[in-house]
Amino acid sequence: MSSLAATLSDSAVITKRNLIKVKRVPDLIVFATLSPIMFVLLFRYVFGGAINLPPGINYAEFLLPGIFAQTVVFGSTVTGASIAEDLQKGLIDRFRSLPMSRAAVLIGRTVADAGLNVISITVMALTGLAVGWRINSSVVEAIGGFLLLLVFAYAISWLMALVGLLVRTPEVVNNASFMVIFPLTFASNAFVPLESFPSVLQTFAEWNPVSTVVQAARELFGNTVPGAPVPEAWPLQHPALYTLLWTAIILAVFVPLSVRTYRRTAAR
Amino acid sequence: MPGSSVAGMTDAIVVEGLVKRFGATTALDGVDLTVAEGSVLGLLGPNGAGKTTVVRILTTLLAADEGRAEVAGLDVVRDADEVRAAIGLTGQYAAVDEYLTGFENLEMVGRLYRLPKTEARARAGELLERFDLVGAANRPAKTYSGGMRRRLDIAASLINRPRVLFLDEPTTGLDPRSRLAMWEFIAELADGGTTILLTTQYLEEADRLADRMVVIDRGQVIARGTADELKAQVGGERLEFTVTDAAALPTMVEALRPLGVDEPNVDVASRRFSMPVSGGADVLAEALRRLDGATAQIFDIGLRRPDLDDVFLALTGHAAEDVATDDEQPAEPAVSGGVR
Repeated sequence: MSSLAATLSDSAVITKRNLIKVKRVPDLIVFATLSPIMFVLLFRYVFGGAINLPPGINYAEFLLPGIFAQTVVFGSTVTGASIAEDLQKGLIDRFRSLPMSRAAVLIGRTVADAGLNVISITVMALTGLAVGWRINSSVVEAIGGFLLLLVFAYAISWLMALVGLLVRTPEVVNNASFMVIFPLTFASNAFVPLESFPSVLQTFAEWNPVSTVVQAARELFGNTVPGAPVPEAWPLQHPALYTLLWTAIILAVFVPLSVRTYRRTAAR
Repeated sequence: MPGSSVAGMTDAIVVEGLVKRFGATTALDGVDLTVAEGSVLGLLGPNGAGKTTVVRILTTLLAADEGRAEVAGLDVVRDADEVRAAIGLTGQYAAVDEYLTGFENLEMVGRLYRLPKTEARARAGELLERFDLVGAANRPAKTYSGGMRRRLDIAASLINRPRVLFLDEPTTGLDPRSRLAMWEFIAELADGGTTILLTTQYLEEADRLADRMVVIDRGQVIARGTADELKAQVGGERLEFTVTDAAALPTMVEALRPLGVDEPNVDVASRRFSMPVSGGADVLAEALRRLDGATAQIFDIGLRRPDLDDVFLALTGHAAEDVATDDEQPAEPAVSGGVR
C-alpha cells in the first residue's frame, strides 16, 4: 500500500471509530445542537430589538451567519478535548505502538469533528429558517457559504488538536478554548455591526478572521443590505479571500506541528 | 551484541546502556538487559523504578537519551515502523475504546495493522473466543469489568500475532480471581513461543510467569537471574516460629542452636524465633523433637524459603510495594508544558 493510501485507510478507520462514539452517546449530539438553537432564539428575540441595523435587513438575517460561525468554531474545540481524553485513557499510546500512519489519528479526529459541525450547522439553518432567516442567493453561493464556514472551522480543529496534545486534560482544554474563542467571536461582527465598537476594538474586529468568515457568509447567503457600504478595511472588502488565507496559514502551521507533537507525545 | 547466540538461543530484545532523563530526574541510568527468544523476562521494581520507561522506549513511544535497543533484531529508533509491526503492547491501564464494543475494538486494531477487513473480523472473533469475551463481544467496552477490559486489551495486542509482547503491569488493579485467569492466559502465550517482557510489582507474579528476572530500582539494574538465583543471593531456608510467651524463648534457643547454620535471631517483642538452617524437612522434624514438651506454646512453626519479597528487601532496603514517593516517575515531558 502506498503511504498516501495507507494514511487515508487508517484515517478512515479512526474517523469511523470517532463517529461510532457519536452514535453511542446521543447526548453529545443533543448538546451540540441545543446550544446553537438556544443562541439563535436568545439573540433573535432578546437582542434582536435592541441592536440597530441599517434599514433593509432584519436581525434574523444578520444574525444567522454570525451564529453559524460561532457554533462551528466552538464545535472545533471538541477536537482538543477529545484528543486530550484519548491521551489520558492511553489510547494514543496504543495507536502510537501500531504500525499505522502517524497522521491518521489527527486526521480521523478532525474529519469526524467536521462531520459533527455539518450536523450542527444543519440544525441551526433549520432553526434559522423557522425564525425568519432566508437565503437570498443562488444554491451555488449558499453551498459556498456553508463550505467556507466548515473549512475555516476545520483549520481551527487542527489548532485545537495541538492544544489537546499539549494540555492533556479535557476540562482544561475546554476552559482554555473558551477563553480564546469567546473574545474572538464576540469581538467580531457576528452579533452586532462593527460601527458600534470603540475604535481600537473595531480595528481588531475588522482584521479578526471570524469577522471575515461571517462577512463572507452573509454575502454568500445574500444576507447583506443591497447597496449598503461595506467597512473599508481590506479584510472586509475581500472576506472570502482573507478567510481562505487564514485557513491556509493555520493548516500550514498546525498540521505539521500537531503531527510532530503527536509523534513525540505519550500518556501521563 | 545484537542477536548473538548463547547456547543456540537468539535474543529477541537487546538493551544496552539505556539512559533517559526527564528534566533533572534520571529515570533510567544505564540499563542493560537481554531477553532470549521465546522466553519470559520479568522486569521488577517498585513504582517509579523506571520499568514503564523501559517499556515505552522498547515500544517506540519514547526516545532514549543514550544507549540503544533492539527488538526482534530491529533498532527501535531507526526501524521504528518495523518494530511496531512486530510487537504487541498492553499498557498499565486498559487502553480500549470504551464506546466501541469488544468486537469493534479488535476489528479497529486489526484494520490499523492493515489486515483486510474479513481477516480483521475473523481474527477479532478468534481472540474474543480465546479470551472468554464472546458473550460481551457486542457490548460497549464501557460496560466491561476491569478484568474483561484487561483481557480485551491483551487480545488487541495479539491481533497481529506479535513475536514480542510487552505487558506493562498486566494485573495491577485486578481482583485475585481475574489475576489468576490473566496468569493462565499469559502462561499459555509463553508456551506458544511468544517472547514476553512483563513488568510487575508483584513478585509472586514474576515468580510464577518469568523464566528470568531483572530487578531495577531508581533507574538501575540491581540484580538479575532466575528466581532461584535471586533467592540464593538472599540466603537459604530458615526455621521460624512464634511463641505465646517470650519467657520460653531462651531455653528454646539453647535447644535449637546446634541445628542452625548461623546464629538464631530472636525478636522478643514479637515473640518470634528465626534461624538459618539447611537440611529441609528433617531439620523441622528434629526441631519439633527437641522442643518436645514446649510445643503447646508454639504456633506458626515452619521452614520458610525466601521469596522474592525477601530478595527485594535485601537488595533495595525497602519492600517492593512501597511507593517511592520521592522518585515517582515524572510526568512524561516529551512535550513541554504538559499540565496534569
